[in-house]
Amino acid sequence: MKILVCISKTPDTTAKITFTDNNTKFDSAGVQYIINPYDEWYSLVRAIELKEADATTIIHLINVGAADSDPIIRKALALGGDEAIRINSENNDSFYIASQIAAIAKEGAYDLVFTGKETIDYNSSSIGGMVAELLDLPFISHAIKFTLDGSTATVVREIEGGEETDKASLPLVVSCQKGMAEQRIPNMKGIMGARTKPLKVVEPTAAESYTTIASFDLPPAKAGVKLVSADNPEELVRLLHEEAKVF
Amino acid sequence: MVLVFIDQQDGHIKKTSFEAASYAAAVANILGSTAEAILLGTVGDDVASLGNYGITKVHTVANESLNNFDAQVYAKLITLAAQNADVVVFSNNTTGKAIAPRLSVRLKAGLVSGAAALPTIDNGFTVKKTVFSGKAFANITVTTAKKIIALNPNSFTVKTTGGTAEVVALDAAIDTAKVQVVSTDLVKGEVPLGEADIVVSGGRGLKGPENWGMITDLAHLLGAATACSRPVADIHWRPHHEHVGQTGLAIAPNLYIAVGISGAIQHLAGVNRSKTIVVINKDPEAPFFKAADYGIVGDAFEVMPKIIEAVRKLKA
Repeated sequence: MKILVCISKTPDTTAKITFTDNNTKFDSAGVQYIINPYDEWYSLVRAIELKEADATTIIHLINVGAADSDPIIRKALALGGDEAIRINSENNDSFYIASQIAAIAKEGAYDLVFTGKETIDYNSSSIGGMVAELLDLPFISHAIKFTLDGSTATVVREIEGGEETDKASLPLVVSCQKGMAEQRIPNMKGIMGARTKPLKVVEPTAAESYTTIASFDLPPAKAGVKLVSADNPEELVRLLHEEAKVF
Repeated sequence: MVLVFIDQQDGHIKKTSFEAASYAAAVANILGSTAEAILLGTVGDDVASLGNYGITKVHTVANESLNNFDAQVYAKLITLAAQNADVVVFSNNTTGKAIAPRLSVRLKAGLVSGAAALPTIDNGFTVKKTVFSGKAFANITVTTAKKIIALNPNSFTVKTTGGTAEVVALDAAIDTAKVQVVSTDLVKGEVPLGEADIVVSGGRGLKGPENWGMITDLAHLLGAATACSRPVADIHWRPHHEHVGQTGLAIAPNLYIAVGISGAIQHLAGVNRSKTIVVINKDPEAPFFKAADYGIVGDAFEVMPKIIEAVRKLKA
């Protein structure tokens, strides 16, 4: 079985979010970059578990990014991918990125394409569905469990207020979230091995962009907290009812 | 024409769909156009009443096979209804997130998912969306002829206008689903977290799952959903689907009550769009107080029973 795992580079979850160039660019000064947590903790680790259960499984990683993505790709290889492909482009339009991934996926005839449910920077939840449509494959989003029986996948996905269990045949595109797998840390053998694993850099295929980022805004600052004494919590209830009018 | 996808579950239109319908009507107003809707599958609700949210026409495919959700089948049908649409609106929930990207490809329409406001059209078609998990907004300009917007739940105030929509059956062939829904397991009697107006949330300060009664009691009194911080979900005190924050669910209720949560930056990212934030924590240095509107510096075990009693009296 061949699995393609999509890997995005995102700022660390603790990164301070500020912008430059008249609020048109993310300020990356001093920002640590990581593998998008949904891509790493859930989709990549679940792919590795599938490989551990069936040693013939091949895992390819794909990233659309510039050379500064290479450290996070090496880390993903250290966790357990077999080889990686980086499409050399800094374009951040979802359709453009999905077009690049779909082109590679089509060529590689993968049985499974895994993405995270979203990236923690642009939060667009778009790549998996777009790739599926470009490949004319079924897509199951928000997966929290994934099991395989031959070529039939059973996927539990989150829905509003509960869970839904789906069945579909491979090939399939799945977007992954918490529950799929547990976070892992690369071991020394993995880190050493990752250095010699293939990381192929290819130039992008021609594709359109559907959107551009005009500018960024930061949310307005809070006016400040109104503290109520712990001896009189009833006052908090009164304020919420009469002043904030929230219940 | 602006087309809105009406999402249903268990034979009922989802609350977030009314919000999306109202938003679509407002977008139509900006464009000097009309708002229509598409509803797939069978529902017990009165579909024509979508007119009350500004919808003039509802396209339906009332076929039971569509109660089985397959984004691929849905996207194809919505494409047919969207032939004359300038903008297609979804709620940015698990259904919308599964269909909208597919539709974006089919219609060659740029998608803004996680929209937080109405579009502006004076300098290109631009929509404000949440980015960096709620820590910032991006203004996204869509450069394609057709546009798709997936609206964040609880981001737009529903306006009722009165009126009845015309209901028309969309004549379309339905593909065989490649995804079979085997079972659906809904947490009965509880408010879905993403749609809740009020959310009561607990953190490690509650010391153990056996103390969650104070969270659920207050939630029941307020008709609220319950949530938790990441550590609490990680150590399995509470189910994963309750985890709000950067790597969990991002929510924007009218009222968010955080009990025993310090307010790490990752947690704040998921809840800082809440309209009113209340923090109860015994540590006066807890960072959450800086993001809060109201707060009590005190021991939850002493404060919460009094709050619950006061709410009980108020609701009686």
